[in-house]
Amino acid sequence: MNQFLVFVKKEWLHIWRDRRTLFILIWMPVVQILLYGFALTNEVKNSKIAIFDQSRDLSTQAVSEKLAASRYFNLIKNVYSYKEIEATFRQGKIRLAVVFPNNFRNDLLHTNHAQIQLIADASDPNTANTLTNYASSIINDYQQSLTQNEELPYTIKTQVRMLYNPELKGAYNFVPGVMALVLMLVCAMMTSISIVREKEIGTMEVILVSPLKPFRIIIAKTIPYLIVSLLNIATILLLSVFVLDVPIVGSLLLLIGESILFTVTALSLGILISNTAKTQQTAQFTSMMSLFLPTLLFSGFLFPVENMPIPLQVISNIVPAKWYYIIVKSVMIKGLGFSAIWKETLILVGMTAVLLGISIKNFKIRLS
Amino acid sequence: MQSIVVENIIKTYRTKKTAVDALKGISFSVDKGEIFGIIGPDGAGKTSLFRILTTLLLADSGKAFVDGFDVVKDYTAIRNRVGYMPGKFSLYQDLSVQENLSFFATIFNTTIEKNYDLIKDIYIQIEPFKDRRAGQLSGGMKQKLALCCALIHKPSVLFLDEPTTGVDAVSRKEFWEMLHRLKLQGITILVSTPYMDEAGLCDKVALIQKGKILSVNSPEGIAADFTKPLWAVRAVEMFPLMKAIKQDPMVESCYPFGQFHHVVFKSAENAKEKLEQIQKNGKYTQFEAHAIKPNIEDCFMALMQE
Repeated sequence: MNQFLVFVKKEWLHIWRDRRTLFILIWMPVVQILLYGFALTNEVKNSKIAIFDQSRDLSTQAVSEKLAASRYFNLIKNVYSYKEIEATFRQGKIRLAVVFPNNFRNDLLHTNHAQIQLIADASDPNTANTLTNYASSIINDYQQSLTQNEELPYTIKTQVRMLYNPELKGAYNFVPGVMALVLMLVCAMMTSISIVREKEIGTMEVILVSPLKPFRIIIAKTIPYLIVSLLNIATILLLSVFVLDVPIVGSLLLLIGESILFTVTALSLGILISNTAKTQQTAQFTSMMSLFLPTLLFSGFLFPVENMPIPLQVISNIVPAKWYYIIVKSVMIKGLGFSAIWKETLILVGMTAVLLGISIKNFKIRLS
Repeated sequence: MQSIVVENIIKTYRTKKTAVDALKGISFSVDKGEIFGIIGPDGAGKTSLFRILTTLLLADSGKAFVDGFDVVKDYTAIRNRVGYMPGKFSLYQDLSVQENLSFFATIFNTTIEKNYDLIKDIYIQIEPFKDRRAGQLSGGMKQKLALCCALIHKPSVLFLDEPTTGVDAVSRKEFWEMLHRLKLQGITILVSTPYMDEAGLCDKVALIQKGKILSVNSPEGIAADFTKPLWAVRAVEMFPLMKAIKQDPMVESCYPFGQFHHVVFKSAENAKEKLEQIQKNGKYTQFEAHAIKPNIEDCFMALMQE
C-alpha cells in the first residue's frame, strides 16, 4: 500500500511541477464554458433589425415597440424606402427588416385583414428562420391582445411550452457537452500521455523490474488525473450555476456519481490507448482522433444525433460520451432520478467493464 | 553457486519486411560475486541480452536463470531481487535527487536509511545536490544517482547496461572503483560497455559481436590466447605505411591504434626483418617499431577476423 501511495505522490509531483500543463488542465474547462457560453453561442439574441413603417399609426407603433422591447431584437434603424432596406442589408447592419404597408390600422380594423412583411437575411438560413419565427410570434401576441374581448368563431390556438428550458438557452445544451469533452480530454488523453511518457523516457523499464505489480502502476498513475477531473467537474458546475444561470435541477450526488463513472470509462480508454501507443505524440493523436472528435460529433451536443444518417446513428451508440451526455442532461437539466437513467448508466458500466477488461488483459508486463 | 546462467538464447526482431538477429545463440554463466563484463560495439546485442535477463523481453528460444529463477516463469521473483540500470538515463527528470532515491527505495519496500551503508560512498558525492532536479545534474552525477537507485534495495544481482557511456574519464574511473567496492558486498554485477579499456577491470569478460559471443574468459586469459606476434609501428607517413604493410603476405592484419599501427604477423619468425625491409622500401621519417603485448582490443580485433 505504501508503494502505491508513494507512486500516486510521485505522479502528483509530475503534474504539479509541469506548471504549464497544470494551468491548461485547470483553466481549460473554465475557458470552454465561457467560450461556449458567451462567444460561440448559436442563440439568436439582440439581432439588429430595421423597420419601414409606411403607415405610422397606433397599431404599427405598438407592434414596433413590442419588437424592439423583446430581447431577441434590437431596433437600430427606421428606414423610409425599400431601396434603403436593401442597402442596409448589404452593409450587413441588420438581419431582419419589418415592413408595414400604408393604412395598416385602417385595414386591420375595417377589413379585419392587414399584412406585415418580414424580410430576413437568409444567407444564414437557420438564423433567418428563427428570427422570422420570433417576430411572427410577437406579432401574433399583439393580435391576440386586440381580439381578447371578442369571441371569434372556430379558432384554434396553439399553445407552445418549452419544457425544461423555457428560455431556450443554449447553455442547457452545452454544459453537459463540455463536461463530457473535458473529462474525456483530461482523463483519457492525459493518462495515456503520462503512461507513454514513462515508456518513452525509459523509466517504465526500471519500474517494471521492481516488486510493484504492473497493473498497480497503471492504477496509481490514473488517480491524480481522477482528482483533477473531479476538480474540473466542480469548476464546470459552479460556473454553470453562478455565471450561466443553468441550475442543477436534479440530485447533485447522482450527477457526481455518474460523472465519476464516466471518468473511469475515460481512464480505461486512456490505458487502452497507452497500451498500443509508443510515443507521446501517437498517444495524443490517437486520443484526439478516437476520443475527442467522436465526443464532439456523436454525443449530440453540437449536432443532434437524430438527424444523422442511420449508419452514423449506429456508430454514435459506441461513443461513451453520448450516454454520459444523456445522463447529465436528464439529471442536471430535467431533474430526473436514477430510475430514468438506469439504462444509460448500465450501458456505461458495461462499456467500462469491457474496456477495463481489455486493457488489463493487454497490459504489457514486459517491454514488447 | 552461479548467479546468472544463459543457455543458447536466440532473439530475432521481426518487422514486416526484415528480420534482425539480435542474439544468435548465446551461452555463458556468471559466478556469484563476480564482475562480469559484456564487451562489444554498438548493435552487438548487449541491451537485448540485458532486457531478457531482467525479464523485460522474451527470448525466441533458449533458457536463462538469474539466482536460480527462470526469467520467463519466475519473473516476479527476479523482479523482487535484482537491480537494473538501463542504458538510457531512466530516472524522473522533474523529481529531485532525494525524491528519486526515496521513490525507488519505497517501491522496493525499503528505506534510504536501511541500506544507506551500501550507497554511502556514492551518495556522499551527490548529496550536496540532493534538492536539485535530476534533469539538471551532469552526466556523471546522473549515472551515480541511477546507480544509487538501482542499489538501494541491496539487490543480489546488479545489471548495468552501459553505465559509463557518455561519462567523462574521471567519473568512469570512480564508477569502476565503486563497482569493486560493491563486489566486496557479495553483489554479482553484470556490466556492459563499448569501451575495451574497461574490460581489464572485470573479473571475467564476454566479447560479443553481432549477436555472437566470441570468447568468454578472464581479461588475462583472453590476452594469453593471443599468441601471434604483435608490433606497434609508426612513422610520419601513416597512410602509405599502412598500405605497404598490408601488402606483405606475412602480415595477417594491420589496423590503426592510437598513434600507432598495430601489426599482427602470421608467424613469429622474421617479423623484425620484415618491418625493416618495409622501412627500406619506402621513404619514411621518424620510423619506429617495437613488439608489444596484446591488450583486449587487439584480442577483440583478432577474434572478429576469425
